[in-house]
Parts: sequence; structure tokens; C-alpha cells
Amino acid sequence: MNPIISIDHVSKSYTNQVVLDDICLDIPAQSIFGLLGPNGAGKTTLIRVITQITAPDSGRLFFNGEPLMSHHISSMGYLPEERGLYKKMEVGEQVLYLARLKGLKRADAMQRIKYWFEKFEIQAWWKKKVEELSKGMAQKVQFISTVLHRPQFLILDEPFTGFDPINAELIKNELLELRKNGSSIILSTHRMESVEELCTHISLMNHAKLILEGSVKDVRRQYKSNLYEIHFSGNTIGFTHALWTGFELIYLREEDGIQIARVKMLNQHTPNELLTALLPNVQVLGLQEIIPGMNDIFIQMVGETNPSVVLNGKPVHK
Amino acid sequence: MEKIFLVLQREYITRVRKRSFLIMTILGPLLMGGIFVTTVMLDKVDTEVKTIAIVDETHIFQDKFKDNEKIVFKVVNEPVDSVLEKSNTEGYFGVLHIPKTHDLDELEKAVTLYSESQPGMDVLSRIKFTLEKEINTHKYIEAGIDEEKLQKIRTDVELRTKDMENKETNTPLTTGLGFGGGLLIYMFIFIYGAMVMRGVLEEKTSRIVEVIISSVKPFQLMMGKIIGVALVGLTQFLLWVVLTTCIYAGLSQFMLHGKSDKDKVEAMMHQGPAGQAAKLNPESGHGNLENERSLALSGVMESINFPLIIGMFIFYFLGGYLLYSALFAAIGSAVDSETDTQQFMLPVTIPLLIAYIAAITVMQNPQGNVAFWFSIIPFTSPIVMMVRIPFGVPVYQVVLSMVFLILGFLATTWIAAKIYRTGILMYGKKVSYRELMKWVRYHN
Repeated sequence: MNPIISIDHVSKSYTNQVVLDDICLDIPAQSIFGLLGPNGAGKTTLIRVITQITAPDSGRLFFNGEPLMSHHISSMGYLPEERGLYKKMEVGEQVLYLARLKGLKRADAMQRIKYWFEKFEIQAWWKKKVEELSKGMAQKVQFISTVLHRPQFLILDEPFTGFDPINAELIKNELLELRKNGSSIILSTHRMESVEELCTHISLMNHAKLILEGSVKDVRRQYKSNLYEIHFSGNTIGFTHALWTGFELIYLREEDGIQIARVKMLNQHTPNELLTALLPNVQVLGLQEIIPGMNDIFIQMVGETNPSVVLNGKPVHK
Repeated sequence: MEKIFLVLQREYITRVRKRSFLIMTILGPLLMGGIFVTTVMLDKVDTEVKTIAIVDETHIFQDKFKDNEKIVFKVVNEPVDSVLEKSNTEGYFGVLHIPKTHDLDELEKAVTLYSESQPGMDVLSRIKFTLEKEINTHKYIEAGIDEEKLQKIRTDVELRTKDMENKETNTPLTTGLGFGGGLLIYMFIFIYGAMVMRGVLEEKTSRIVEVIISSVKPFQLMMGKIIGVALVGLTQFLLWVVLTTCIYAGLSQFMLHGKSDKDKVEAMMHQGPAGQAAKLNPESGHGNLENERSLALSGVMESINFPLIIGMFIFYFLGGYLLYSALFAAIGSAVDSETDTQQFMLPVTIPLLIAYIAAITVMQNPQGNVAFWFSIIPFTSPIVMMVRIPFGVPVYQVVLSMVFLILGFLATTWIAAKIYRTGILMYGKKVSYRELMKWVRYHN
């Protein structure tokens, strides 16, 4: 299956700043793709290039294998981070307007709006002015107008801000539903727990460059650092003595009478070998591999790629 | 195209449905009707009579100064100093001192008008006119031409102005029409240009703009808005024309019953020597003259090509509006709040102000060099050309001006679109002119 979006050597710079530096990226069809990166990394510009709000200086983009053209806009739904609605307009009228701008016929649009308003139980808002809505309510309306035209491809920039947990859950379920029905979704967010929960793929940007990309499973596997957490009771001195050169003790602490230790395997030792060493000395209560969270990976990768200036031969972090 | 239409439709409908549009639509003609009524009223109400004391040491002018409804002359045979002293208690507006001189040439330069406050043009021209006429008469007599001969010599030309097709023309009316049209365009550009600017700003501050331009090109959004607002302006204008006509017709029936309203209009227009001559000319054949004049005026009305003027008005209104509103849209896109617009407003308002000032000059000389150049330059032509149109403008000049206006608005729209597409996505940045220039050069 073709990737829904293919980005081929795309670069863009403003007068004296490179914002996209030779980006190559495929967004697999039917994925929920987490686009991550610190503020100012170039995510928004990349999204704007995909939605054709700005044009790249060089490079090409493909939508479903075809060169990206303006008519593809009607197959995309974009919920920008900076989003709003016309304050003086009525809710129903406004959603209808946005739907028609996406190319829906009036009758068609009305029918779908009804469906979504019922689904979100907001039929009573139809005649309300937008300025009377709370932030969360307005976000719901915006979400509806993003997905109303059943886009094959969705780009959501921080879709959960302003939602209470119940509504955030509602939106999450809608996203999973949309994916099941064949849509592909780019999710740009700083909330790593949503990434872990929803995303199938991620990419990480920093300083206009792509520094990490892949399926969430692969990325996490790639970044696992052979860390194990051991819960035990018994003599801590015995425990430390039992660890021979093949293992490195990262830390050891006591919690509710249970000792918790984090140990790193060196030289490709296995957990079994660790257990063999420990069993004669302490009472092992549990052993678990520590798989890095997206948060850790984010911090580690961004930290590593931040520009460091070499002064007097020593790298100095800005 | 379909998307521009959708945007345009929204812009139009939301504005026309607003209460303020309805209020302006009703208030506009009322205001204009009000101005008309006030002018008529003021003319009637302004009954303050100015008394001017005449100290005539030559005794030539004793009964020569003719009073009218606003100025009364009173000959006082006392020394000028004492007259001046009691001027206040007597309630004189001014004291005219005609000193005794050796000859008439000297007299010409010797007359003085003393007054507490600055006298108006009407007072001055009246006094000057009478003095000149009398001195003239005496010079003829000195030269040996007696009064009888003089009466024969004296000519009173009544110059009628007609155009090449033998229709009556009327300069004050034409001037009024032209200037009125120019002024209206000037006001419309400001009102509706600012409306476009606020619209752009609203989309930016409410953060809806990025949502919209993910389905519509920025240029389509900008043009949809500009054209939508233009249609709002045209709707308002046409409603005004219709309503004003109704109100005007109603008022003139009511206020000037019996007497033809055209007479009244003409009476208002008639100022200066012609009017005075008519007033100096007592009762003789009054009814006849009146009739003749109203006939002449309807001739004048016919000679004015109203369809042409209205057509031109619509063209120049649209052209000027499109040219400027693109710039207004660019300003709206470049800033974050209405208070920040000030710094960029100046370069847009200055050409408009220059056009307005030029229009006043052009009124006096609608065929001069100033008139020509300012009606060709697209930034001023909508206003200046409108002033010239009722006087008749050579076709090549009109065509030239129109072509330049179209080119001008294409150019400003092109530049504005470049600023606009960058500006609408830019938040929290203080923008300078240099920054704007950069945006124009961006490739996006």
C-alpha cells in the first residue's frame, strides 16, 4: 500500500533561518502518526507544507502516490494549533460554511452535521453564537468541522487541549474509529502519554531536521537500554555483592519495606544470569524490563541533538 | 472561483444582516435630507441684517448704495472719527469712509472699510461693485460722455453657457455634482476599506484564518472578502439613491409647496455677480424671468448625462475601492490588533488626502494640468476624475485613466496578496516596513 503522504527531500527557509532541512518522510496509510519535537523544531511549517498553506523551496510531496495538488485539499482535514471560529456567527451556520469550503454540497453537509451533532449531543447549540460557547465546546465544534467531509487524511495539532478527560476520551475514541475506517492521521502533540496510547508511528524533529522515525514499537525497542528493575527483600549488602562485573547497579532504594533496584545488563548478559547470581543471596519478588517511554526518548534525543558550540576544544551546551 | 463565491457570500450576508447596516442605510439618506433641509432653513433663518454706516465726504455716493435683505447702508453726515466712536452703540457692523480727494484716480485707492469683525465676501464684493460702478460713471462724465450716452454705452451681457449640442449648462450645478461624487468615493473608500481591514483582523485575532486557508487559498479568501464588502457598499449606495430620491421628492413636495423645487435649488446655486445683478434688477418682468429660469434649469438637468455619471461613479468607486482595499487588507494581515494599524495607515491615507485636496483645485479648473495628471494617476484618479466627469472629459483621457486604474489595482492586489499570505499566519511580531518588503519577496 502506498504511503498516504510521501515527503521527498523537502527544504524551506525564511530569510536567514532554515526551517525545514531536507526532510524525507513517509506517512503510512491507516497509521496514527505522531509528529513530535520541541517548540520551533519546524513541525508547524512541515504541516503547512503538507496542507499547501506554504510551498517548499525545494523537494516534492506525494499524496497517495500522486504529486500533491490543490484538489487534494478536499481529502484532508486540518485542525491547526492556532484555531478559532467566527465569534459572531451561529454554530450551525459556521460548520456548514466550513464544510462547503471543503467542497461539500449543502444538503450533504447538512445531513452529516446533523449526524455529528447528534453523536456529540450538541444539537441544542445550532443557533448559538460561537462567543457563547466555552473553550471546550468550541473545540468540539472545531473537531467536527475538521472531520465532517470524511477526509482520508487528518492533521491534528494538539487536538486535546481545552478538553476535560471525558471529552478527551471521546475524541480519542473517534480518532481510533476514524483510523479503523481507513483514515490516516498525523497527531502533533507534546503529550507523550497520548502518543503512547494512540500512535502507531512517530517521527521526532529538532532544529529543522528529522532525527528519529519509525513505528512506535521499533523505536522503543531501539531505545531500550537493557535496564531491569528488581524487587526483593533481604540484605542489601548481599545484593550488591552478588552483582558481578556483568551488571551495573544504577540505583537502590527502599519502599514500604521492599528493596527496589535498577540494574543495567552489561556485555549481553541475560536476566536469567542475573537471577542465578541473586537467588542465593536475596528473596526476589519481581523482575521487569524497563522499556523507555516516549517522554524519555524525546528528552534524550532532543538533548543529544541540541547544537553545542565547540569552545577551546570542549563541547559547551548553549 | 466557487470558493471565492462562498467566501464572498458569507462576507456579504453577515454584513448586510447586521443591525448597523440597516441603521446606516436609513440614516444615510436622512442625513443627506437633513443637510438639504438645514441648508434651506439656514438660508431662511440667517436674517441678521448688517448695517454699514457710510461717511461720504465726496457726496457722490449718497444714494447709490442699494440695500438688500442682509445689508443695510446708512449715510451719516458726520466726521468719521465720531462715527467710529459711536459705532458700537449704534450697532453698526462697519463704517465705510470715503474721503475727499482731488481726483477720481486718487479716490480709487482711498476708500476704507472699518469693522469690528472681519467682513464676509458678500459685503466686500457689494461695496466694491457699487464704488467701481459709480467711479466709472464719473470718469465717463469727466471724459465728456454725458449720462444719456452712458446709458446707451452701458451693456449688461447675460452669458448663457451651452454645450456643443445646444443644451444649457450650469457650472455651479456641474461643480456640485462632480465634487459630490468625488467626495462620496473618498468616503466610501475609507469606510469600506476600513471594513475590509477589520474583517481581516477579526479572522486573524479569532484564529480562524488558518482553518480557512487549509481549504481556501489565501488569495481567494482575500478577494472573496474584498468583493463581498464591495457588494455591501454598492447595495448601500443603491439603497441610498432610492431612499434619498424618495425622501427628496417627499420633502420638496412638503416644504416648497407650489413653487418648483428646481427654482429653489437654482436660487441656492446662484451666488456671485449673476445673482446680485438679478437682485439689483427690481421687479421688472419677475414672473417671466422666473419661468424662463426654471425652463433653463430643466434644460440643464437634461444636459447632464446622469446614466454616464452614475456609471462612471460605479466604475471609479469599484476601481478606487479595489485598489485601496487590497492595501487595507494587507495592513490588517500584518498587525495583531487594531491599535497597531496606525503606523501603516499613513501611506494609504496620504494619497487619498492629496486626491481630496487636488479635487478642490480641479473644481476651479477641470481641464488644467493638475486635473489631467491627478486623474491619470491611479491613486488619485477615482476622486479627481469623478470631479471632472460632469464637465466633460476627452475620451482618450478617460480610457487612459481607466486602464491605469485597472493596472494600479492589479499591482496593489498582487503586492497586498504577498503581504497578506505571510501576515495572516504571523502572530506576536512587531512588523516593520522592512519586514513587509521581505514578505513581498518571499516565495510561498
